[in-house]
Amino acid sequence: MATIVAEAPGQATGHAEHEQSFLRKYIFSSDHKIIAIQFLFLTLFFLAVGGLLAMMMRYQIAWPDQPIPGGGILPESMVASGYILPEFYNALVTMHGSIMVFLAIMPMLVGVYANYLIPLQLGTHDMAFPRLNMYSFWLMVPAGIITLASFWVIGGAAGAGWTLYAPLSARPDLTGVELGQVMWLVALIFIGLSSILGSVNYITTTINMRAPGMTWFRMPLTIWALFITAILALLAMPVLSAAGIMLLFDQTLGTSFFLPEGGGQPLLWQHLFWFFGHPEVYILILPAMGFVSEILATGSRKPVFGYKAMVWAIVAIAFLGFIVWGHHMFMSGMNPTLGLSFTVSTLLIAVPSAIKTFNWMGTMWRGNLKLHTPMLFAISFVALFAIGGLSGVFMAATPVDIYIHDTYFIVAHLHYVLFGGSLFALFGAIYYWFPKMFGRMMSEKWGKVHFWTTFVLYNLVFFPMHGLGMVGMMRRIYDSTGYAHLEGIQDTNQLITVAAFGLYLTGFIFAFNFFWSIFKGKKASRNPWDATTLEWQTPSPPKHGNWDEVPVVYHGPHEYSHPDVLDKDWLAQNERPDVVSPAAGSH
Amino acid sequence: MDWALPPNYSTFGVQIDQLFWIIFVITGIAFVLVEAGLILFIVKYRSRTGHKAYYTHGSNKLEIIWTVVPALVFVVLGVYSAGLWADIKNPSNMPEGAIEFEVRAKQFEWNIVYPGPDEILGTGDDFEVLNQFHFPAGEPVIVYLEAEDVIHSFFIPELRVKQDAVPGMRIPVWFDATQTGEFEIACAELCGLGHYRMEAAVTVHERADFDAWQASRALAQ
Repeated sequence: MATIVAEAPGQATGHAEHEQSFLRKYIFSSDHKIIAIQFLFLTLFFLAVGGLLAMMMRYQIAWPDQPIPGGGILPESMVASGYILPEFYNALVTMHGSIMVFLAIMPMLVGVYANYLIPLQLGTHDMAFPRLNMYSFWLMVPAGIITLASFWVIGGAAGAGWTLYAPLSARPDLTGVELGQVMWLVALIFIGLSSILGSVNYITTTINMRAPGMTWFRMPLTIWALFITAILALLAMPVLSAAGIMLLFDQTLGTSFFLPEGGGQPLLWQHLFWFFGHPEVYILILPAMGFVSEILATGSRKPVFGYKAMVWAIVAIAFLGFIVWGHHMFMSGMNPTLGLSFTVSTLLIAVPSAIKTFNWMGTMWRGNLKLHTPMLFAISFVALFAIGGLSGVFMAATPVDIYIHDTYFIVAHLHYVLFGGSLFALFGAIYYWFPKMFGRMMSEKWGKVHFWTTFVLYNLVFFPMHGLGMVGMMRRIYDSTGYAHLEGIQDTNQLITVAAFGLYLTGFIFAFNFFWSIFKGKKASRNPWDATTLEWQTPSPPKHGNWDEVPVVYHGPHEYSHPDVLDKDWLAQNERPDVVSPAAGSH
Repeated sequence: MDWALPPNYSTFGVQIDQLFWIIFVITGIAFVLVEAGLILFIVKYRSRTGHKAYYTHGSNKLEIIWTVVPALVFVVLGVYSAGLWADIKNPSNMPEGAIEFEVRAKQFEWNIVYPGPDEILGTGDDFEVLNQFHFPAGEPVIVYLEAEDVIHSFFIPELRVKQDAVPGMRIPVWFDATQTGEFEIACAELCGLGHYRMEAAVTVHERADFDAWQASRALAQ
C-alpha cells in the first residue's frame, strides 16, 4: 500500500472556545455548521412550498373542468369561483420550477452540504471566509421573502416560465404580470450574489485549508464534486445575473436587449440563459453524485471503484458542461448547422455520466451491502439517474428532439435527473449526515417507510410522463383536453395526479421523522456508519471550531475492508494501518 | 392509457420514428443491464455476518471498456442524427419547387398566408385565413414562420414538425405529407395565458381539392 504515507506531521492548533451571544451563535452565526443547518431548514421549507405548487398544477391538469377543493381560500386573482385561472397556472409552472431549482435543490446541495462538509471532511476549523459565508445565507432570506411576496402583488407571480424567455418575460403587456416578473428577477440577483460569495469561499477553503496529508487525490469524492461545482457556479452565475439585469432593464427602463422592435434579439436571452443554465444542470447533479459515491462506498464496505476515473469524470462533465448549452435550443431558430456541434458535445458529455454509473455499480460489486436508509436512497439514485441519463439520449439525437422537444418527455427526463437524481441523493445525504449535524439518529424504521413509499410513488408519477411525451402532450399547458391528439391520455394524467398527491404526503413521513429525531432520536455515536472520512472522527455534533488538534491524513478517503486491517472493516483517513493492526507492519 | 407515437403522415417522419425506436432499443438494453445489475448486487452481496467485502480500487481495463463502448455508440448515433437533421432543418436542403405559405403566430392564433392560385407569396392574390391551414398531400410544403409578439412553437405531431416562431426572424420549415388527413397545429412554447388553447385546424387535401378550395377562398377575399 504505497498510498499509506504520512505527508506532514500533525500540528497542534488549539481552538479557543469563547462564549458567544445567542444571536451570534444561532442567528447571525459565522460557524459553517450552523450556517449549513440554517440552509437546511430554509431549503426544506421551500421544497414543501415548491411541491405544493406542483400539487395545484397536477389537480388542474387532471380535472380541468372541476373546481379545486379548498380553492376558495385563494384570492379571486388566482382561483375564480373555484377554478384555477390560466394566468395563475402559468405562475404555478414558473414558480414551481424557479423555487425548486434556486431556493430548494441548489442551496440544499451546496448551501447545506458544501458548508457543512468542506471544513469537516478536509480537516479544518471553518471556512476561509466565515463572514462571507454568513452573508451568503442571509442573502437567501430576502430572496425567499421577495419570491413568496410576489404571489400576492397585483398581476401575481412571474408567469413566463423559469427559463424567462423574452419577449414574453420582458413585456408586461403580453403576460399580464408586471411587478411579479420584476420581483422574481430581483430575487434571482440576490440568489446569484449568495451563490457567488459561497463559491469563492468553497474554492478558497478547498485549495488552501486541507489538513496535512490531505492531498488532492485523497479528498473524498463529495469534496471533489462540491469543489468543481463551486467553480461552475462562480463562472456561470455572473452570466445569469448580468442577463437578469439586462432583462430587468428591458422590463422597467425601456431598453431593448431582447426585444426585436428596438433592435434586440430574443435568442440572445436564450443563449445567455442556457450558457448559465446548462452548467446549472451539473451544479444540481454533481454534488448529488459526490454524496452517492460516499454513501455507496460506506454502505458497500468497499473503496469507491475507480476513484481517479470518478474524479476525471467530474472534471470532464464540468468542462463539457460549458459547451452544450445549445442543445436546449435545437428548435429555437438557431442556425441548424450550429445544432450539429451541440449534438456532438452533448453526446460526449454522456460518456463521463456512463463512466460514473458503471463505477457505482463496480463499488457495489462483491461488497458487503448494508441496506440502511441512506444506502437505499443512494442505490435508487443510481437506478433513477440511469433512466434520466438514458432518456436524455433521445433529446441529444436532434431529429428525435424535433418531436419530443417541449413535450412531457422532457418533463419526465428532467424530473428523473432532478428528483430521482438530486433529491433522492439529498434524502440519502440528510439521513446519512443527520447524526453528525444533530447528534441523534433518524428513525430507521420510518426512514424505510419513507424510502419505499417515495420510490414507488415517484415512479408512478414520472414514468408515465414519458408516455405522455410520446403521445405529444405539450409542456406547460393549462388544459390538454381541447386537442384531438391528446384525447386518450386523461386517465394517465389522473393516475399521475393521484400518485403525486401520495408522493407529497410521503414528505410528511420524512418531516415527522426529521423533527421528531432532532429532539427524541437515539443518541448518535461519533461514527454510526463506521465511515472513514474525517467528519466521523469528531464528536456528534462537532463543537465550534471542529477540532482541538487538526488531524493528519495518511491515505485515500474510502479504505473499507482493507486486508491489512484485521479487527474492523474500515480505516479512517487519520488512522495508520500499522497502528490499528500491528501485524500490518510486516507486510 | 395509450402511450404511443401518433400515426405518422410525413416523409421524414418515417426516419424520425425509426431513430426513436433504434434509441429505444439501445437505451432499453442499457436500462435492463443497469437495473438488473443493481437488483442482482442487492440480492447477492447483501451484508452477511462474518463476511468481508472484496477489497479493490478498480480496474483500468474495465474503465477503458466502459468509456470506449458508450463513446462508440454515441459517435454512430451522432453521425446518423447529423445527416437526418441536416436533411430536415438545413435551409440549403429544402426541396425545390415546394408550395410556399407564411404562418404568422401571435397571442393566441395562427394566421396562415396562402400564396393564392398563382402559388407565389407576396403577390396580389395572396389571402390570409385565421387558424385554418390547408395544403396538398404528396408534395413538399415550405412554411415561413414569423411571430408578432412573443415566441411560439409550430407543432404538428402527426407530421413530426416542430419549429419555434421568433419575433424578428423568418424561419423556413418544410414537410411533405404522405396522405390526406385532419390534424391540429399546437403551440409548444409557453406564450402567455392563452397558450393552452392556441390551436389551429390542419387539413391535408388531394391536390385537386386543394386547388378548388384555394380558388374558392381567393374569390371570396
